[in-house]
Amino acid sequence: MNLKTVVSFVLGFFWLFMGSVFAAEVNVYSARGEDLIKPALDQFTRDTGITVNLITENASALIRRIESEGVNSPADVLLTVDAGRLYRAKEADIFQSIDSEILKSRIPVAYRDIDDKWFGLSLRSRVIMYDKSRVDASELSSYEDLANPKWRNEICIRSSSNIYNQSLLASLIAHVGAGAAEEWTQGLVANFARSPQGGDRDQIRAAIAGQCKLAVSNTYYLAGMLISDVEADVEVAKQVGVFFPNQAGNNESERRGAHMNVSGAGVVKTAPNKAEAIQLLEFLTGDFAQKFYSEVNNEYSVRSDIPVSDVLRGFGDFKADSLNLDTLGRNNESAVRMADRAGWR
Amino acid sequence: MKISNSSSEPVKIIGRVHKALTPQASLWSISVWLLSLIIALPIIVVFASIFFPSEDVWQHLIDTVLGVYISNSLLLMTGVSAGVLLIGILPAWLVTFYRFPGRSILEWALLMPLAIPAYIIAYTYTGLLDVAGPLQSLLRESFDMRYGDYWFPEVRSLPGAIVMLSLVFYPYVYLLARAAFLEQSAAALEAARSLGCSQLKAFTQVGLPLARPAIVVGLSIALMETLADYGTVQYFGIPTFTTGIYRTFNGLGSSIGATQLAALLMIFILSLLLLEGYSRRKSAVFETGYRRLASRERLLGSRLVICYFVCVAPVLLGFVIPFTQLVVWALVTFENIFNASFFQLALNSLILAFLTAFFALMLALFVTYAKRLYGGFLNEASIKVLSLGYAIPGVVIGLGVLIPFAWLDNQISAYTLKSFNFNMGLVLSGSIFVLIFAYLVRFLPIAINSVDSGLAKIKPSMDEAGRSMGRSPLTMLRRVHIPILRGSLLTAVLLVFVDVLKELPATLLLRPFNFNTLAVRTYELANEERLAEAAVPALTIVLVSIIPVILLSKSMARSDYKNDEITRT
Repeated sequence: MNLKTVVSFVLGFFWLFMGSVFAAEVNVYSARGEDLIKPALDQFTRDTGITVNLITENASALIRRIESEGVNSPADVLLTVDAGRLYRAKEADIFQSIDSEILKSRIPVAYRDIDDKWFGLSLRSRVIMYDKSRVDASELSSYEDLANPKWRNEICIRSSSNIYNQSLLASLIAHVGAGAAEEWTQGLVANFARSPQGGDRDQIRAAIAGQCKLAVSNTYYLAGMLISDVEADVEVAKQVGVFFPNQAGNNESERRGAHMNVSGAGVVKTAPNKAEAIQLLEFLTGDFAQKFYSEVNNEYSVRSDIPVSDVLRGFGDFKADSLNLDTLGRNNESAVRMADRAGWR
Repeated sequence: MKISNSSSEPVKIIGRVHKALTPQASLWSISVWLLSLIIALPIIVVFASIFFPSEDVWQHLIDTVLGVYISNSLLLMTGVSAGVLLIGILPAWLVTFYRFPGRSILEWALLMPLAIPAYIIAYTYTGLLDVAGPLQSLLRESFDMRYGDYWFPEVRSLPGAIVMLSLVFYPYVYLLARAAFLEQSAAALEAARSLGCSQLKAFTQVGLPLARPAIVVGLSIALMETLADYGTVQYFGIPTFTTGIYRTFNGLGSSIGATQLAALLMIFILSLLLLEGYSRRKSAVFETGYRRLASRERLLGSRLVICYFVCVAPVLLGFVIPFTQLVVWALVTFENIFNASFFQLALNSLILAFLTAFFALMLALFVTYAKRLYGGFLNEASIKVLSLGYAIPGVVIGLGVLIPFAWLDNQISAYTLKSFNFNMGLVLSGSIFVLIFAYLVRFLPIAINSVDSGLAKIKPSMDEAGRSMGRSPLTMLRRVHIPILRGSLLTAVLLVFVDVLKELPATLLLRPFNFNTLAVRTYELANEERLAEAAVPALTIVLVSIIPVILLSKSMARSDYKNDEITRT
């Protein structure tokens, strides 16, 4: 095999991978894991014939990528798992306003951007989970209460590097003010049963194993464990109670409801396939996709007419915090710094 | 036989200057410098960020977490150094110079941990030893205890991370130490023994110093991997530079801040490399023509037991146990994962790894041979600069690569739009070309290190002999150096291949549409806390990586015997 053959092989490989598809298509940059979104995207392709090209990565990196790709970026849709990132993408001026009656009629105002630049697709709540055998729901009340010394060495929560925690802290800053939030963070850190490690499900497992009494986690993680193939997870999940904080209290702030976050999407400003992108967003708010979010991913639908999955129904009804989601993004940086100062790794 | 310190300096310098002035030298050297500039572009971009101080972010970092990042990184480096040296050197010595049952198996088995990505080992041991894991649960059930009633080492901690990383990275030291021991002249050791040296002294005062350059190279690779590791320290909750870089990038939304942290990290590495280079400068070690595999001594009794302990423990802890756990998990989730898209994944990974390894080898030879032929400060500096790529976390390389290429693409597009009214769109970015480029930035140093340390062991007199017979440098390269270097070349190819298979952060950032690799899949599943399902792609990486590892080991042993024949004629 001489040099020529080798070189032509190599060039051939490159060419193979650089070829483009000329059918109707839409390019999706998703911070949502592939498994959690692909089935819906596949159905979209079956329904409309539009090919979906998908790439997954965390939201910050995707935003940077779109920014540096500039005018020629092939991105049509940016999908994120957190409202703070949607806000950041909007601030980075990578979204464009979409005028779609369908989207406006299906998504409540609270869960979409005021300038029609991003749209919420599914909801989740970040709640307090507890070991039913050692904690009674009456001992729990609010997020603020987590800093109470009575919970010393009893709280498991993941790293503050995680966007969900940052958004939770951001919402606290908005509700109780920066000063009180700073104290709260320090109180929370003092109550850690262990240095933050692992993901949300690890916190739940640690609580049941006895390392702590409370775990802070998103609703869909526990729901996922309850219907998991892995026996051990199901066993653990059955022993966990779900508590929606801030349902009752003496004043407006205490009664504000459980912290909500949204996974959503927007159409990129420089989208080469704008029409297809809008079609995709409308599909994702349609019956199939919303039912998929609800039943398969165990999230809450943005639409009030879609029934909640059985597992989630088991968690009970609750009042949701109606805080404007832009705030989660606006306070994100302060939240990260606050966490750094308090030593919340 | 010659273990020489730099001899007759003036003559050497004159010789070098003379060589450097020839036209071939200029052409070759210039190409090398150009090449290193191109490959170093992401590194330059990262360093350039220092000049855009984002004081606000830096002040915050200094006030809060920078101290922790530095101290943790230093502790990790110290711990892992001790770990890999302790675990890696002794087995290499024992396996090369002694005979005991199972030696030939252990010889290649000791390389196995190379096949497992660091974060996978972290996940499996956490799964096994964590509070909620099977071992502690069993403990609690058998003795009817609750958490807190008993003491059990916390696996997710700094010491835990040191152990994990040592178990994964010791093969670098083992590999290079063994190559050095194998290629040493048995005569030196025999001479030592015949002069009454005890076995221990032969090891510490003859064998070890001779192998020192190679060991230092292995150690520096292990340390650079440690500093670049993200998955393990993130999972264990240990704040280090890499986690800090990701956090600053994601949390504070500051890519400038992140790249500045990365620049600081690179300065760390630079000092490491300088130290390593300095220690190598002091002793130039050449192999002699006469290579004969030392006849191996048999080990008996208590020595045999110690030997087994020293050699088997790393394989057990670093490979067998994690591998078994992965298999157990995979058996549970097998059906869900194994399908057509999975084969596509595997194919993608293999193609990327193969192409990168190929290019890395070519470039490494190109660069190191230029240094050998023409010397010169700039050639050496180029190599040092290229070596930095290894220390930069994947996400930063990704950014460093993305920005220039996207810029280039946009320029090309603008040009074609203006001249031909045709928008090219993005040609380079979003293709695997950019991905392979990023891999080269990151992994070329491994290839260079390996080839370089192999070349360094060939006496210059061999080059001179060839030149005096009228052979051009290229012919010499092809017919003399490459055959001798075969072991180092194979090491280079193997290490790059396996590292590309395992690579994660840059792949995540730069990969084209609808293009996933096994590593990405493993990470995604592990991140969604579906470890049992992550085991399948993880296991595939491991299984595929095992083959080159065994091949390498066999070829090293084989080249032993071949060299016997060459040198006897």
